[in-house]
Amino acid sequence: MSAPAIRFEDVTLGYDGHPAVHHLTGEIAPGSALAVVGPNGAGKSTLLKGLVGTLKPLGGRIDRGALKSGEIAYLPQAASLDRSFPIDVFDLVATGLWRKIGPFGGVGAKGRAKVRDAIAGVGLTGFERRPIGTLSGGQLQRALFARLALQDAPVILLDEPFAAIDADTVRDLLDLVARWRGESRTVVAVLHDLETVRHAFPETLLLARRPISWGPTAEALRPERLLEARGMTEAFDDRAPVCHSHAA
Amino acid sequence: MSIYDALIGPFVEFDFMRRALIGSLALSLGAGPVGVFLMLRRMSLAGDAMAHAILPGAAAGFLVAGLSLPAMTLGGLVAGVSVALLAGLVTRTTALKEDAALAAFYLLSLALGVTMVSLRGSNVDLLHVLFGSVLALDDDALLLLAGVATVTLVTLALVYRPLVLECVDPGFLASVSRAGGPAHLIFLGLVVLNLVAGFQALGTLLAVGVMMLPAATAPFWTQRLAPMFGVAVAAGALASVAGLLGSYHAGVPTGPAIILAAGVVYLLSMAFGPAGGLVWRLVPARRHRAA
Repeated sequence: MSAPAIRFEDVTLGYDGHPAVHHLTGEIAPGSALAVVGPNGAGKSTLLKGLVGTLKPLGGRIDRGALKSGEIAYLPQAASLDRSFPIDVFDLVATGLWRKIGPFGGVGAKGRAKVRDAIAGVGLTGFERRPIGTLSGGQLQRALFARLALQDAPVILLDEPFAAIDADTVRDLLDLVARWRGESRTVVAVLHDLETVRHAFPETLLLARRPISWGPTAEALRPERLLEARGMTEAFDDRAPVCHSHAA
Repeated sequence: MSIYDALIGPFVEFDFMRRALIGSLALSLGAGPVGVFLMLRRMSLAGDAMAHAILPGAAAGFLVAGLSLPAMTLGGLVAGVSVALLAGLVTRTTALKEDAALAAFYLLSLALGVTMVSLRGSNVDLLHVLFGSVLALDDDALLLLAGVATVTLVTLALVYRPLVLECVDPGFLASVSRAGGPAHLIFLGLVVLNLVAGFQALGTLLAVGVMMLPAATAPFWTQRLAPMFGVAVAAGALASVAGLLGSYHAGVPTGPAIILAAGVVYLLSMAFGPAGGLVWRLVPARRHRAA
């Protein structure tokens, strides 16, 4: 598993011409584990959307190296999933095989074995035929991590993966993240719990619309940096002047 | 009256009853699964909006060629697909949500259609377009209904995986594939196709009934996706037979009779269905499992 480096060159991401992430430059090294930290509205989810490619930059460039589409596995915030839909755990996890089988290919006996392994890997064996609507929040997150594992992607993006999840589940899922790192996959996670960040993510990007600090976690999360991040202006200003500082 | 006279006789005796039976069964076969997807996408009322949108197209066909099946079908298809595409375009390019855009375009479309029909035809013609004529299906109409059912089932099978994923987790689908958008458009095309086929038999306003009522019935029988399609088709078929027989014996109009029968099936399922029917809530649970 060799993930190429991902480079941001003066990237601005946003909506309706207003930046949510302003002038970000830097590199995510192959096989690194990067935590993205910052206040609400700091542009953390927007950054992941830009990374995965569903949101085009307003300015600058994101260089994904030789990564093909589908080689970035992305776990959005739980809200995008319709939990009332009649689909069971096995089928939901099996969608992680999409890159291999596409819209028409069969899952096959090998694929089914892989799905069962992935489900076992997150401790959900026995839940295969349970509709997703009957799962607890933690169980659903385990299922979604099983799908991520099945995607077998060199780059894995997690958007607030541990929000409202109990400590046991967080520990199990962090073990899985550690295993992905052992397989030289790049992991980028939006997180709020600084203890988790310091414990499991060697590198941190502190974001408050613009990058406040980016580097080794202990450095990036120094108290004065955190204070600076808290001073972020939250509102879009419709009368703000047009920004000309892009390096063309 | 013997059971034979009540249930089988009318179909043996009259050719038009047999044709009506075949036509409405074919319609149930295609429209049921489409309705299940509409319901799961929380677009139950979008089906209704599309049915209204088809009217001006059918009316244009009617103005040009009178009561001609090909002209009215083509007109309905063009109008339905245009409204679906326009609503999709507005949703993607402006801040307006898809339901609001659909409502706007179908109201425009409906007003246009009623105006066009009243310009030329009498009110009897308008009633014909609005409520269909399931007892007057000719060979062409039957072929259209059967063809639409075939195309619908084959196409649904082809776009099944992206369509299901687009319903359950659109964010994930967008991250692995661009198939979501095309699958959604193809699906809307199928909705229009089935409504156009349905208005041959039941009229524009009732066509949506044979699509949505069986779909709304299905979740009271099963919580699993694949069996839901079967239940919806079975409910539609049952309503077709019951509606035709009821209309034959009681002398009421056939189209509304079929929809009323589908409504009765829905209400009974809501009351007694094994998966969340209302009566099971009235019975207090005496026992529960230890784990």
